[in-house]
Amino acid sequence: MLRELTCLLVAFYCVLTMIALAAAMDADPQRWSEFILGQQKPAWLVFHVFALVFFTVYQTIAWFRLAPKAMPLQLGDKVVAPGTIVAAHYVAWGVVSLVTLWIAGVF
Amino acid sequence: MSQAELRTRTLEIEVMRYDPEQDKEPHFRTYSVPCQEDWAILDALNYIKENLDSTLSYRWSCHMMVCGSCGMMINGEPSLTCKVFVRDLPDNVRVEPLANFPIERDLVVVLDDVMGKLQNAQTYIIRQDPPPADDVEYKQSPAELMKFKQYTMCINCMVCYAACPQYNLDPEFTGPAVMALAHRYNLDSRDQGRSERLDILGDHDGVWNCSFVGACSEVCPKHVDPAAAIQQMKIEASGQWVLQKLLPGRKS
Amino acid sequence: MAIAKKAFVWALFAAGGTVTAFVFPVLILLFVLVSAGMVPENMTREGVLMFAGYWFGKLVLFAVLVLSLWHAAHRMRVVCHDFGIRADAGVARILYLLATIATVITAYLLIRAS
Repeated sequence: MLRELTCLLVAFYCVLTMIALAAAMDADPQRWSEFILGQQKPAWLVFHVFALVFFTVYQTIAWFRLAPKAMPLQLGDKVVAPGTIVAAHYVAWGVVSLVTLWIAGVF
Repeated sequence: MSQAELRTRTLEIEVMRYDPEQDKEPHFRTYSVPCQEDWAILDALNYIKENLDSTLSYRWSCHMMVCGSCGMMINGEPSLTCKVFVRDLPDNVRVEPLANFPIERDLVVVLDDVMGKLQNAQTYIIRQDPPPADDVEYKQSPAELMKFKQYTMCINCMVCYAACPQYNLDPEFTGPAVMALAHRYNLDSRDQGRSERLDILGDHDGVWNCSFVGACSEVCPKHVDPAAAIQQMKIEASGQWVLQKLLPGRKS
Repeated sequence: MAIAKKAFVWALFAAGGTVTAFVFPVLILLFVLVSAGMVPENMTREGVLMFAGYWFGKLVLFAVLVLSLWHAAHRMRVVCHDFGIRADAGVARILYLLATIATVITAYLLIRAS
């Protein structure tokens, strides 16, 4: 059930991202700064950290664990071990995350 | 006194009883059973029937997890009674008929619903091509057999249905075992009925009602993994749906 | 018997679930950094508009947002059903309507972004 409730976080962050985008697109350049400043409150930080942990555990990790069941791989008469499929997901996740952080200018 | 007789433990087994001709409702009766340490809970039920109460009704046959007859709830968990050993149970055990099925009598449930669904899902080899000449065999390589072998292991015990919360909410749901068996035929290289079965199981009460809880695979005594079968069929049915929309009139 | 329309929504749910599993942790991490006062270098107004103005950025944002929204809508529908709300058709209509509205708003924002 906790896994299912991650959808609330998904909806929330989609809306928040759309609000951020709208703030950037606003003719008034102040809107973006206001949005950023508005985010810089302890309550938001706590919420975002909680959401990050909850979401990673109950969606990402859960989804990856179940992936081999939905996509079994057999090459000839050798079955690809489920662990390999899961590991490949984590590698791809790492790549996506690093590329995103690079685009955002974190490094 | 023999060695076996020395090592017995008395279990208090609370069994659900229901006689439709006499009882308004199911009720429980508790039996004290001296169990040998190597017994399965099925042996305890047999002891009750032979020594304490011959009116107790329940299904069993092979006593070795291949016939699928003896599925029941043991302390709330759906299992085969020949699979659960008394050494793994506490002193107080509750035995009830398989959950999510109507009770016929005592521990016997009515399985008509699932038997009907099994027939509707066309769980047999379907060929479109005309049959080959008499001296030609259908050949299947070990690799082709590997693809579907685990799904052939289903013994129709229906323990998965007792575990499935969606079947509990919605008895119209086709359910785990039937879909695992349909998937077995979809994956069989000798079969040509995949698109027909996907049409049936992609309909309202089929694959889409599964929310991948996975309880079915957890309780399956033969490790069939019906949850995996259903997810794979969801993907196949989605693909087939797209193809049917893009190319109407295309059969498969 | 034919494959139900549910196939379409489920496909969106599955695609969305895959997208969220890969993308949302880092997305939420960006919000963590912003709210901690460590705003990433390129996340200025100009930087965001540049990304959203570029065709590739639009595509990525559209795919991520829309698939995630439909994933959330369908999952919410299943949650309601699992909590015993019997009016599944009504719940579905409301949630998918919300997802549609959000999709239209996303498209509008991204078309206009430059």
